[in-house]
Amino acid sequence: MSTAENTLAQHADAAETGHAKADLEQLAQRQLLRLATAGSVDDGKSTLVGRLLHDCKAILADQIAHVQTVTASRGGARGTGGDFDFALLTDGLRAEREQGITIDVAYRYFATDKRSFILADCPGHVQYTRNTVTGASTADVVIILVDARHGVLEQTRRHLAVAGLLRVPHVVLAVNKIDLVGYDQAVFKGITKDVTQLADQLGITDIQAIPVSALIGDNVVDRSPATSWYTGPTLLEFLENASGRSDLSAQPLRFPVQYVIRPQTNDQYRDYRGYTGTVASGTITVGDPVIVLPAGRRTTVAGIDRAIVTPTSTAVAERPSAVAGEAITVRLTDDLDVARGSVIVAADSSPGTRRELSATVCWLSDRPLTVGARLLIKHTTTTAQAIVTKINGALDLNTLGVIDAAGLDLNDIGKVQLKIAAPLAADPYSSNIITGSFLLIDAHDGWTLAAGMIDDEEGELL
Amino acid sequence: MTATTLPSATTLVPAASPVTELDALESESVFVFREVAAEFERPVILFSGGKDSIVMLHLARKAFAPGAVPFSLLHVDTGHNFPEVLAYRDATVEALGLRLEVASVEDYLADGRLRERSDGTRNPLQTVPLLDAINTHRFDAVFGGGRRDEERARAKERIFSLRDEFGQWDPRNQRPELWSLYNGKHKPGEHVRVFPLSNWTELDVWNYIARESIELPSIYYAHQRDVFERDGMLLAVGPYSQPRDGETVERRVVRYRTVGDMSCTGAVASTAASPAEVVVEVAASELTERGATRADDRVSEAAMEDRKREGYF
Repeated sequence: MSTAENTLAQHADAAETGHAKADLEQLAQRQLLRLATAGSVDDGKSTLVGRLLHDCKAILADQIAHVQTVTASRGGARGTGGDFDFALLTDGLRAEREQGITIDVAYRYFATDKRSFILADCPGHVQYTRNTVTGASTADVVIILVDARHGVLEQTRRHLAVAGLLRVPHVVLAVNKIDLVGYDQAVFKGITKDVTQLADQLGITDIQAIPVSALIGDNVVDRSPATSWYTGPTLLEFLENASGRSDLSAQPLRFPVQYVIRPQTNDQYRDYRGYTGTVASGTITVGDPVIVLPAGRRTTVAGIDRAIVTPTSTAVAERPSAVAGEAITVRLTDDLDVARGSVIVAADSSPGTRRELSATVCWLSDRPLTVGARLLIKHTTTTAQAIVTKINGALDLNTLGVIDAAGLDLNDIGKVQLKIAAPLAADPYSSNIITGSFLLIDAHDGWTLAAGMIDDEEGELL
Repeated sequence: MTATTLPSATTLVPAASPVTELDALESESVFVFREVAAEFERPVILFSGGKDSIVMLHLARKAFAPGAVPFSLLHVDTGHNFPEVLAYRDATVEALGLRLEVASVEDYLADGRLRERSDGTRNPLQTVPLLDAINTHRFDAVFGGGRRDEERARAKERIFSLRDEFGQWDPRNQRPELWSLYNGKHKPGEHVRVFPLSNWTELDVWNYIARESIELPSIYYAHQRDVFERDGMLLAVGPYSQPRDGETVERRVVRYRTVGDMSCTGAVASTAASPAEVVVEVAASELTERGATRADDRVSEAAMEDRKREGYF
């Protein structure tokens, strides 16, 4: 049977059982979970991701055929001599395949009946730590791999620090290659203890250790008979049941204005003036008293609109309220000066504005940071000039303490103070990852230099 | 001053909470369109009349409703397009009052700036007309409908992807992309490719088409067509693709999963006649969209990466 006919047969089967239909209704209500992987080189991240996708049946026939062909043309799988190199499912660039390492984040998509996943498969090499920060910044779960034979390495500490700093809600410690230590429970316990101690120091509260073999598939999707001493969830079970970053809808309203809509030419909407944006946190409801920052003017939400689009027309429909994560358009009762960079906030819980920030930054560039540097800061929808007025220290990965630093180099995590040319409506990162985060950008060539997280009043590093 | 009065036909829609997958994807894409409108001077949407670019345009319209889409469209026309798709393209531009630029591969072949490839496919030939159009019109942001689930090189793509003055993508030296803080800064001559559908899968796109009742060119649904089989794909008999010796022409009920060049885009045997039926079919498919129907990705192990490095979408 030809490939095309084979596909058709599959379709017919699905339609007959009615199975797919039921799943599709469930699918409409399914929610996304975002996860990222981290770990040192050769810990087996790509193999774990390949295994997870393969055992979730997220790899289709043509992709499997491709991996088999390439694996065979190279004389077998890396490190095993087998006929299927799982890492080839995710390492997509020429250089990655030639060198057998992951260079950049690859995003993968898979789903089970319970939920769908966006997975950021991040590189382990120290020089690509910026990509781990990239993947972890939006993650609900970070999976940190440790090779059971090697235990905690400097990259493990760095990635734990990044996960703690970015306040990723859940960390999974995947103790990989457990088969290569004879499925020894003592090894697993030892590594778990070391990592848990570090996690405590870094303020990571939710950590789940799982013994796995990515290559064999132990405890990834299917429970392993070789680790009868382990009673916790498999990796997939954990991912299916982990909660997302739900705290943002419980925070006070923050609505950064992106773009102002004034159609003018359209008769029906001649006087329409809507402020578009995505609700960063909280709930916005028609009739809410709000404050528009940075001006600090009080007003009321007159309407919340969502687009209605037909093949030939666009209009808006009014709705009573919207929650964090929803892209909407807001109208206000008063005709204030509201533009991109304005932030609409709850009247009873305004963060006010500030022109000086104390923050923790991950330095992502090989151009070092020094005091007095003039940069651009991008914070929600505002981009402004900034000067680094002080460097308060850098994180020592060995002690997890702060040491004096005159500057920050690539992959350093440090504390800085910034003076900013425009007032920012900012919150501490610990209470709001959207109004508490920023980028530092090179004004000359636009390169992204640092990921910044605004400190709490106590100024704790992590 | 009082607030804008809305038309009386306004309906009240309850707030969705928690936000479901499709709503989350829609909101993220809308956010991206608004960022680009606010931060760039001359953005353009690549529009081929394929389902991804149609969904992209639908989302752009949502982002700025009730106002108009503040972008023009650009189509890189290979000259081997399906007539149904070109008709759809022109009708859409007309109905929405949009501005369309066409960069024509045929023009480049006619005056010798490009030469026909020995394999007859024209997809790789799109890069030069695309980059020329970007330069000529000084576009600084170019929206593409590429999705990360399509192909392994695309899986490495940022949502905002900086291209140098030659239009080149450097996958080893991409800007970190953190939270939803998209950095669109670029030097003169550089531009940014923007992929608002990055996080959508083929199934998400079809679910959305069904949910939003988005119209598509007819070839996405089951129809009768004369086809012949090559490398497991059903190629349409037409001016740009003819059966070779040993390949027999049959009239089959087929539809298309992707729409590109007639010469290298295969049909799949299918009786799915509506978005809902296509959703069922895609959910059960054992093959990826590109694996099932694109000959040009089979050229080498890294065919897409090589094209992207040169400036392809």
